[in-house]
Formats: sequence, C-alpha cells, structure tokens
Amino acid sequence: MGESGYKNWQEKTLIPYIKKNPTRKEKFKTSSYLDVKDLYIDSDVENYEQNLGYPGQYPFTRGPYPTMYRGQFWTMRQYAGFGTAKESNERYKYLLRQGQTGLSVAFDLPTQIGYDSDSPMSEGEVGKVGVAIDTIDDMETLFRDIPLDKVSTSMTINATAFILLAMYIVVGKKQGVDKKLLRGTIQNDILKEYIARGTYIYPPKPSMRIITDIFDYCAKEVPKWNTISISGYHIREAGSTAVQEVAFTLADGIEYVKSAIEKGLNVDEFAGRLSFFFNAHNDILEEVAKFRAARRMWAKIMKERFKAKNEKSLMLRFHTQTGGSTLTAQQPENNIIRVTLQALAAVLGGTQSLHTNSMDEALALPTEKSVRIALRTQQIIAYESGVANVVDPLGGSYYIESLTDTIEKKAWEYINKIDELGGMVAAIEQGFVQKEIQESAYQYQMDIENKERIIVGVNSFQIEEEPPKDLLKVDPTLRGEQIKNLQRVKSQRDNSKVLNNLKLLKEVAQSNENIMPVVIECVENYATLQEIADTLRQEFGEYKESVVI
Amino acid sequence: MQKVRILIAKPGLDGHDRGAKFVARALQEKGYEVIYTGIRQTPLQIALAAVQEDVDFVGLSLLSGAHNELFPKVVEELHNAGADDIIVFGGGVIPQSDIEFLKSKGIKAIFGPGTSIKTIVDFIENESKSRNSKIS
Amino acid sequence: MSQSQEIQKLVDGVLNKKTRYIAKAISFVENSDYKTKKSFLKTIFSYTGKAKVVGITGSPGAGKSTITDKLIKAFRDDNKSVAVLAIDPSSPFTKGALLGDRIRMQNHTTDPFVYVRSMASRGALGGLSETTKDALKVLDAAGFDIIIIETVGVGQNEIDIVKIADCVVLVFAPGFGDEIQAMKAGVMEIADIYVVNKADRDFSQKLFKEISDIVNLSQKQPKPPVLKTIATNTFKESAVESLKKEIVNYLDHIETSSHLAKKRQLFIESELIDTITKIMIDKLLSDQNVKSFFDNKTIAQIYNKELNFYTIIDKIVEAI
Repeated sequence: MGESGYKNWQEKTLIPYIKKNPTRKEKFKTSSYLDVKDLYIDSDVENYEQNLGYPGQYPFTRGPYPTMYRGQFWTMRQYAGFGTAKESNERYKYLLRQGQTGLSVAFDLPTQIGYDSDSPMSEGEVGKVGVAIDTIDDMETLFRDIPLDKVSTSMTINATAFILLAMYIVVGKKQGVDKKLLRGTIQNDILKEYIARGTYIYPPKPSMRIITDIFDYCAKEVPKWNTISISGYHIREAGSTAVQEVAFTLADGIEYVKSAIEKGLNVDEFAGRLSFFFNAHNDILEEVAKFRAARRMWAKIMKERFKAKNEKSLMLRFHTQTGGSTLTAQQPENNIIRVTLQALAAVLGGTQSLHTNSMDEALALPTEKSVRIALRTQQIIAYESGVANVVDPLGGSYYIESLTDTIEKKAWEYINKIDELGGMVAAIEQGFVQKEIQESAYQYQMDIENKERIIVGVNSFQIEEEPPKDLLKVDPTLRGEQIKNLQRVKSQRDNSKVLNNLKLLKEVAQSNENIMPVVIECVENYATLQEIADTLRQEFGEYKESVVI
Repeated sequence: MQKVRILIAKPGLDGHDRGAKFVARALQEKGYEVIYTGIRQTPLQIALAAVQEDVDFVGLSLLSGAHNELFPKVVEELHNAGADDIIVFGGGVIPQSDIEFLKSKGIKAIFGPGTSIKTIVDFIENESKSRNSKIS
Repeated sequence: MSQSQEIQKLVDGVLNKKTRYIAKAISFVENSDYKTKKSFLKTIFSYTGKAKVVGITGSPGAGKSTITDKLIKAFRDDNKSVAVLAIDPSSPFTKGALLGDRIRMQNHTTDPFVYVRSMASRGALGGLSETTKDALKVLDAAGFDIIIIETVGVGQNEIDIVKIADCVVLVFAPGFGDEIQAMKAGVMEIADIYVVNKADRDFSQKLFKEISDIVNLSQKQPKPPVLKTIATNTFKESAVESLKKEIVNYLDHIETSSHLAKKRQLFIESELIDTITKIMIDKLLSDQNVKSFFDNKTIAQIYNKELNFYTIIDKIVEAI
C-alpha cells in the first residue's frame, strides 16, 4: 500500500470518478470539525504496531481488561430518580426486575445544592429532576428492600456528595452491611460544576478539601467505593467538541490527583478508585476514537506525570451516557435510533457501564415504557449484535487509529495550555475553559441554524405532529408532602444532639481534620442536608460564577 | 435612537446555561441590547432587574421542570413592580401540554427544544412594533 | 396626556425615588435627542449636584464588576444609597450589545437602596456612552448618595470617565491586558486611586511594585494611593473595605480643599462644550445649504479631483 499506491488510486481512480460523480460536500469533517480524508491507509497511522498495544496492558488503548465483555458485559445502569424517595424506590425495584445490573440515583436540584425541601430556594424544584432527600429518613426509604451488599449504586451528586455518601453508609449500617462491603460511585466532581453544570456551593479551595477528605476516608474505610467520577459528559453537553471533552476532563483529573498528593496521600492509595464519565455523541466513529485516546492519555499521565506504580492506578475506567442534548422533541421515536447508535459507540469504545436515554427525554423524565426500551437497547446490543464477543473490534482500522492519534494530539495541546495558565482551577477562574466551550457551542448551534448540520426532524424531514401524550409528570403537591415529613423528622429527633454535631462540624471544618466522621454522626442523628450544608457555607462561603458569554 | 432591550434570565436552581447564553449572544448579533443575569436567580431578582434595566422583553430559560411554578412567579413580580408592559417569553424543557397554562399566566410565548433563532427574532420584531411609546 | 404632563410625571417619579420612573427616565434620556429631553433635564437640573461620583475603570477581566459589587456592600454598610451605571461596548458590526456586568451585582437587586443599570456605548468612544452624563443626572436627582460608573478603560481613547467622576479608581490585575502599555500611553495619570486586584496571583507583587514606582513619580497632590485587593468570588474579607475608606478619604479631602468644586466646574465646562458641539453639528448637518455639500456627487467629484477638497470646506464655512 503506502503513499505511492494511494496517490496512484487518487489519480487513476478517485479523481476521474469524482468528475462524473461529485461528492456530497467539498470537505468532510467529523462532528468536532476534524478533517475526514477521502481514504485512510496504513501510512495515516504513525507507529501502527507500537501504538496499537494490547487490552489490559499499558497504555490500555484497546481496553483496561484483557477480556473486556467476553468476561462480563458493561454494567447496565439507568440513571433514575424523581419525586419522593418512595416513588424512586419503586422505579429502582422495577429496573432491577427488568435486568438492570446497577443502580444510579438522580437527586433533585435542592438536594444537589444543599437546600431542604422547605427552603424558599426550593420552590418549584422539589422532586423534579431527581429524588428529594432531606434527611437519612428519606435515604432509608429510597433503599428499602434493596440490599446494599448486593447492588452497586452510583449517585450523581457533587457539592453535597459528602453528605449523601455519609447517608448511604448509615443506611448500610442500619441494614447490617459493613461499609467495607459497600460498592458504588459518587460523582463528586466539582470542577465540571464550575465549568458546565452549575450545581456548586463552595469555592474551589474548600471544595477540593472536601473531595480529598473523601478520597482519604474511603481509601481506609470504604475501599470498594469509587470516590469520584471525573466527568466529561456535561462538558460535552455544554457544547464542547470531542477533543475538548477529553482534554478538559483529563485536566480536571490532573487537578484532583495533584490536590490529593499535595494533601499527603500516596497516589497508588487512591488512584485506582478514580473513575470517569463520558458522553456518547452522534459521530460514532469519532466517539470510539475519543474513548481510546482518553484511555491512552490517562495511562501516560498517571505513569509519567504522577509516577503511579500500581497498574490499577493507570487504568481509565468509565461510565457513559448517551448525549441528552442530541435528543429531539420532534418525532421522539427517532431518539430510539439515535440512542442505539450512541450506545453502540460506547460499547465499541469499551465503556465499563452505560446509561441509555429514553426517547421522551427531550421533554420530560422517562415513563416506565420508554425507560424499558432504553434498557432493552443495551440488552439487544449485548446479546444479539455480537459486538460484545470481540475485544476492541475497531482497533486496527486505519481511520480509527488515525483519529485516535489526532484526538490525542489535540487534547495534549489543551492540557499544555491549561498547565501554562496554572492548572485547571486557575483556567476556570480566568474563564479560559468556559470560553472555549462557548465558542464551540455557538458554532454548533449556528451550523444547525444554517443547515450546515442536519438534525433529522428538526431542520429537515419535519412533519406536522401532535404533541406527545403520556409524558411523566411530577406531582406538584409533592413539596407539601415532603415538607410535612421533614417537619415530623425534625420534631422527633434529639435536637440538642444535632446542635452539638453541627457545632463539632464547624470546628472540624476550620481545622485540617477529615470531615467525614463528623458528617456521618450528623446524618445519623437526623441533621438535615441543609443544616449540614449551611454550616459549611458559613465557614467556606459560596462560589459566584465567573461568567463568559 | 431607540433600542430594544432584552433581559435573559435563568430562574430557580437549574445551572444549564448553554441555551440561555446562545440566545443572548444570537440576539446581540441581531442588534439588540441584551442583559444576561446568570444562573440561580429568584423570580423577584429577575423582575426587579428587568424594571431597573427598563427592558422590553424578559426571556426565561429553565430545564429543571419548575417552569409552571417559576415562570408565573416572574410575571407576578413584574406585575407587583408595576411593569405589566414588559413582555415575558420562555424556553427550555417545556412540554407542549404546559404551554396553554403558561400563556394563561401571562407568558406570551414558549420556544421549546428545536426552535430556531429566527422564530425568536421574528417574535421580538413583531411584538416591538406594537409596543407603546416608552415615555408613558 | 400632553408631553409636558408626561414629563412632569417622570420628574415626580424620579424625585420620589420610584424605581420604575428612574428606569424610564434613563431610557428617555438615552433614546431622545436634545430637543426632546431638554425640558426634562432642565427641570431636574436644580436637584443635581449632591451625589458623589466614583469611576471604576481598567482592563477587561481585571475584576471591576466584582470590586463594584463589594463596594456596593461596603457603602451600604455605611448606610449610603448606591446607584451603578455599568457601561459595555456595543458591537460596531451588529450595533447590539451583550451586557453582563450586572451578574456580579445581582445579590443587591432586591435592596431598595441600590440601583444598577447597564448601558451600551452605542458607538461612542471614550468608554462612556453619549448619554451617560444625562443618566447620571437622573440618578443624582433621584437622591442616590454614591453613583458608581463602571467602564472599560485601557488606552488613551477610553478616558472620558475623568470628565465626570469625582474620584477615578483604576484597576489592574496581573496577567490581564497591557498594564505596561497603559502606563506608557499615559492613562496612568488619570486615576486618583490605583488598585492591583487578584493580589493572590503570581506576578501581582511585581505589578504592584511597577505601579507604585510610576505613581511615585506623579505630580499629583495628594499622592494617589496604590492598593491591593482580592475581590474574587469568596465572601471573606477582600480588602475592598480599605478601598472604600480610601475613596471616602479622597472625596472628603477634595471637598474640604475645594478641589471638588474646581473639578466639577471643569466637568461643567467640558460638558458644555460637548453638548454645544453636538447640537451645532446636528443643526449643521440638517441645514439644507450645508447638506448639499455632502451628497455623493460632490464627494465623487472631490475623489476625481474635479473639485478641490479645501475649496469645498471654505464654501461650507461660508454657508454657515
């Protein structure tokens, strides 16, 4: 093959053909604006044999494990939660019955931002985007009849992750399950909150302190727990390109590892429990290349930059969610197809766990039927398509390897720039990261407006349609119920104990001590989420966004 | 020189500002003066800011499902401040079945997922023409 | 309602500190030509002069809005009412503007003794809009104790703030903008107080020293103070309290030394010239005799050297 064969083909076959049969466009690009050539051949990949590598071996481009899905399928983990703990508990039990293999909890915004259901800031928000948790009482209800030693639970919670983790530990304790047996993840990634998601509370420094306290505590007390899910999903949803998604996520990871090491932890003590969370977007081949590039880069970062020795510290393990922002409200059934392709990309890319969106999610939380279809999507890929029988099936493809290299190269450029700016926290404060994402988001949207980018059913292939019926609605009287329950719990608890606990929490916050033990005590005595969060608000202050438009 | 002034705001706790920022920027490119007040605003803060800025329009973005509670609240606070003439529109994750209710509560238009910026601009152009002179 | 009745209603609303009327009045002076707003401005004129005007200027990204937010709090703690005009450039291409300064001051929005207004430059150079002075008068007449004008100022072009602010604060931050360039361009002379913000960053000490050295060479009396602040997003003590003290000291000093009276008279003189200039130019350009010299045919003839540029100028002057 080689360059000469390629040039020959271009001259003799391609160009004459194009003269009679022009291509659809002059130039082709991936969804993230990377060039797509007319053909990929062996010379498009540098060091083909070397870079390919082997699954389960550094730098893990082909996968963290030698057997991948031949050993076990990815965890089918549908994010769910809404309304009251009781309703969510029903949905979890339903999903487990339908074959889901791990739980994923969605919390409402007040819970994520440290407000109780009776706070004026919670008006209209209670139970809407997830379950409302005010005290350990709600948490117990949430996991009623669900044995915590038998399931692994992922909790999408960030600023208040330390409180929810404490609650999970106490629920386990009440069930008789030792915390050494608890398996699961907390998202606990505050940097991306500042960048793209907005559910932060405290400023960066104290937030990093809380996060590294959790690393430290779990390394000793909850060893099977994944203490962070370093997320690129939201960065992509905010409008970034695939390259930016990788670069900013890994840069966040670098910042967390740095902070933990500065605190005095040994990298191999906690690095094996770091996990990642990526988006599965529309351009499926680009996505596969993206996942592979991320794995290769993180392995290099951990080995060369942080000198990790343990193999487990070098492995990037990740959860994937199909891209919510790609779902359309128009012709929602089309979303089933989108999600299928995106899920396929995640599987071909070697994800460890996967959430597939439901077709009605452009407009509401999913109904039982639509979430079942989303789950079946994963099961059909796993059991019927055959792709799970092959390890890294697209590995070796000239296009995939070339694209993996390109994404890696461009992502390093960003990481170097962020290093120059003084690290991720500095880059965020200066608005650099947000600006890059803004520009990409703007470009993406303008492309849609100009029909450079076609969205089937939205700017092309439109139909007249009736609005969808039977969307899930969250009961608006829920807040009242939740408040009543909260008042009951507050009246029945030992208030003096709670006050003492909060006082102790304040002192610990001011010191260098790990906050987790005292937070667990607060939670056990029925201190509310907001009471705990507010105590720290007084010590640490609140973060105000540095806005870049 | 009379300029159309628009306030873009995110009421409630939802922090997803991609849409709000895009609309703010796109409206600026169409020649309007756009004031963006960021995330996590209470309806009262939005209404008072709208009054201070003497805007013609308030655009609300919300993706957390709290629109039925919070959008009407903004209209109410504008009314309390004596600013009924300010036109309120909204967008975000809003099912069509809620639009009638929102309109009955004083929200003039809802621009759901997939709306093109042209639709929003046309709306603003049309509404601006029928607005009264600023002094009264 | 007749024009004059409407104007009176507006005046009453402003004097009674009614927010909606203050806002409408600012829009009125922002959008109207001199002829239309003349009688309104004439009526409120006697109510102006009491407010103290503080200008906050500096490179974009230096942290002016965050400092302004903290200053509002500091003045409110002293029981002073505060109004803010935040001025941002309009796009020269689209003529639109994206005004985002207010985000950093939003927590004051529900305080009835604080008023924040964003203004677009609408094509004016110099850092202010053409009608900023008029908006200032509205806020003055409404009785605000302190009026803060926040605007971008980097080069020699953007220094109109010195023509309206009793006290000009120039904010720098390490790593932003062209601090050295600004100093060389002479913008350094304009400020009464210098602030090095983000003082916890690298290179801030170097910047602080550079600025202090240059200020030491200044002829101004008293010597302008150079302060360090960290007015970032944390809520704890940011040294903006000291900035407020310096501002108050400066304002007291110039008042007792009658320097303020001198400044204000210079402001009046400059505004007089600007206003008359604008009126005259508008008048000129609407005069039929003069307008005829500006048609495309004439311009084309000058370009083709069929007419002499300087002859045309003489003809215009004659026509006036």
